[in-house]
Amino acid sequence: MEQLSAMLRQPWPWYVAGPLIGLNVPLLLIIGNKTFGISSSLRHVCAACMPARIPFFNYNWKQEKWNLVFALGILLGGFIAMEFLRDSTAVTVHPHLVNELAGYGIHDYSSLIPKDLFTWSQLLTPRGLIMMVGGGFLVGFGTRYAGGCTSGHAIMGLSSLQWPSLVATCCFMVGGFIMANLILPIILSI
Amino acid sequence: MLKYLMAGIAFGIILVKAELVSWFRIQEMFRLQSFHLYGIIGSAVLTGMISIWIIKKFGIRTISGEKINIPDKKFNKGNIYGGLIFGLGWALTGACPGPLLAQAGGGATVIAVTLLSAVAGTWVYGRFREQLPH
Repeated sequence: MEQLSAMLRQPWPWYVAGPLIGLNVPLLLIIGNKTFGISSSLRHVCAACMPARIPFFNYNWKQEKWNLVFALGILLGGFIAMEFLRDSTAVTVHPHLVNELAGYGIHDYSSLIPKDLFTWSQLLTPRGLIMMVGGGFLVGFGTRYAGGCTSGHAIMGLSSLQWPSLVATCCFMVGGFIMANLILPIILSI
Repeated sequence: MLKYLMAGIAFGIILVKAELVSWFRIQEMFRLQSFHLYGIIGSAVLTGMISIWIIKKFGIRTISGEKINIPDKKFNKGNIYGGLIFGLGWALTGACPGPLLAQAGGGATVIAVTLLSAVAGTWVYGRFREQLPH
């Protein structure tokens, strides 16, 4: 029991986590004929709270309530994992990245989410505003424009051999590489 | 509905324990400094593919006996433009929509702002959808 608890607390290796994530695909299909995807929940929130006569948000979102419940579950799962399955050791990161980030004054590795960047006090700095508010906007706008996110396209779409999802996934990666290597250094030095 | 809540909880726990919610891990991935996330996405897709193949091969039905149906995704240019825009946001926030939810639930309360902004982004897309190239 002790051993099991210690194992659960450690970061899980990719060959455990990856297949578990992949199992969401058959799980949702079998329990309710649902296709795995998360970003649609953002659209349902818009449809439920602010449809504003926009055709894209005028549909019966209540039929898609499962997706909002699933999203709520993820929120709770995050809480449970952080509260009860926490690993107290610092995040180990590639030494090159540690060096690079030190140049921008990022030194705190005690949390999975860097405390030097994502906090309420950082929110009101230009850097924090770009990263949290700007970044969130790009995620919401981009996923809907692309018709899905990493779960809907990269995992569900590729698993069911849909070529538009392969195109979208490649574009996610290209966008990520451009941001991380070319644009983010500029934003971090603000 | 409870079954979807349970599935979401399990998924949220996996996202945290696999460190998919970590901004640091996403940065490593986009600098080719770690195999971790490539391994996760690769093995997740492989597992999903094999599962769907089994479902089709044996004609497996849902628990209520329905035939399983996977709608086809139709290509449009949004897959490209939107994909690139989401990629930029992914590397900036260090999270896609699932991890953002897990982060907010896991105590990084400020991420609620990022989530709200993502809802705003979705809304703006919906508002200007007709004017955007698809």
